[in-house]
Amino acid sequence: MTAQLFASQLTLFRGERCLFTDLNFALNPSQLLLLEGRNGSGKTSLMRAIAGLIEFESGEILWGGISVRSNRQAFHGALVWMAHRVGFKADLTLVENLRFESHLRSQSKADFDDVLQRLDIDRLKRLPLRSLSAGQQRRVALARMLLSQVPLWLMDEPFTNLDREGRALVMQLTTEHLADGGMCIMAAHQDVEIDADVTKIVLQ
Amino acid sequence: MTDNDESLGIFAGTLGVARRDLLLAWKRPGDILNPLFFFAMVATLFPLAVGPSPEQLEFSGPAVLWVAALLAMLLSLNSLFLSDFEDGSLDQMLVSPLPLSALALGKTLAHWLTSGLPLVLVSPVVAITFRMPFSVTGILMLTLLLGTISLSLLGSIGAALTVGLHRGTALLSLLILPLAMPVLIFGARTVSLVAAGDGVAGGLYFLGAYAVLVLSFAPFATAAALRISNE
Repeated sequence: MTAQLFASQLTLFRGERCLFTDLNFALNPSQLLLLEGRNGSGKTSLMRAIAGLIEFESGEILWGGISVRSNRQAFHGALVWMAHRVGFKADLTLVENLRFESHLRSQSKADFDDVLQRLDIDRLKRLPLRSLSAGQQRRVALARMLLSQVPLWLMDEPFTNLDREGRALVMQLTTEHLADGGMCIMAAHQDVEIDADVTKIVLQ
Repeated sequence: MTDNDESLGIFAGTLGVARRDLLLAWKRPGDILNPLFFFAMVATLFPLAVGPSPEQLEFSGPAVLWVAALLAMLLSLNSLFLSDFEDGSLDQMLVSPLPLSALALGKTLAHWLTSGLPLVLVSPVVAITFRMPFSVTGILMLTLLLGTISLSLLGSIGAALTVGLHRGTALLSLLILPLAMPVLIFGARTVSLVAAGDGVAGGLYFLGAYAVLVLSFAPFATAAALRISNE
């Protein structure tokens, strides 16, 4: 019970369908939890449920030893979620979108430009999101993760729409985050080459 | 990490959401103008249909203006949370450490500023078509000001409950109208009474009290409804 994130006996239903029963896992700093499974096996649902958007049928998640149900604010303050939908406003520019994020979760202002440069999106700053390609929008979502400076990253299919360089960048950023003592839960179809302590969960 | 969290003010979060929505409204002015156009159309077409009798216009003016305002507000409510729901912004708000009720209040504030307040501001112009005297127009604006605050707040609950449904407009109206009835009745009657030379304090006090009552529970109800709708 000493793990930072501890899930015990999770059961999740979507409608009438049971996605999994009695799922257990633990996650500690510098560890990566990899969710695998074919399409429709419930990876995204599990991710949404961990983020607190869906209720588990039974079971419980503990963050730092306290149930996230009774401590939602602290848990949400410690995580950032890269969802399948990027969650940005198409009519606002890249900077306006990221600036709004700073109201939702704490951001480090110091490396704003560095982060944009590193993700190769600094020249798109003044453009509305709608004029960016799908891959570029994913990079903006990565910028949200890097700026937020929280320990737990939830990444749902982070490689979607990204080019070869982008995929390598995601793996490198995740490796660095884990090396800094961060934690990551990732759902992915592809082979993930990350040099870290990896736990795999395969959903049937 | 806790130091950073404290700098994330709840109030700043509310204003941040409101500012983002105002910015979006500024970039897409059509969304504001639609309900306003509807209000102006109903209120100017009605006198043409009724005919030029001054007594009839003066008599029906407050009621028609208030019904038109109520329907215009309903028209604008459907899209309150829809785009956030569709592009995933709502998910990001739900996983924010800030209370969802504070963020929902920010969205409602922006909604009132872009839908309710413009109605209040154009109402004196539209009231001219009903031969409303200047003294009555002031009271009309005041009742609309207090009434639209209640309608925005009540509407945010209905919009949050129906956001996951396609074509939820009819259901939204059914949910909201019973709660909005007191606003309509007191709003329209107060204007009629002042036109007949009676006192207005009672009606205005009621509308003010109702707005405060709704303000005290609507953000929490909206937040709870959003969590259910977004499952």
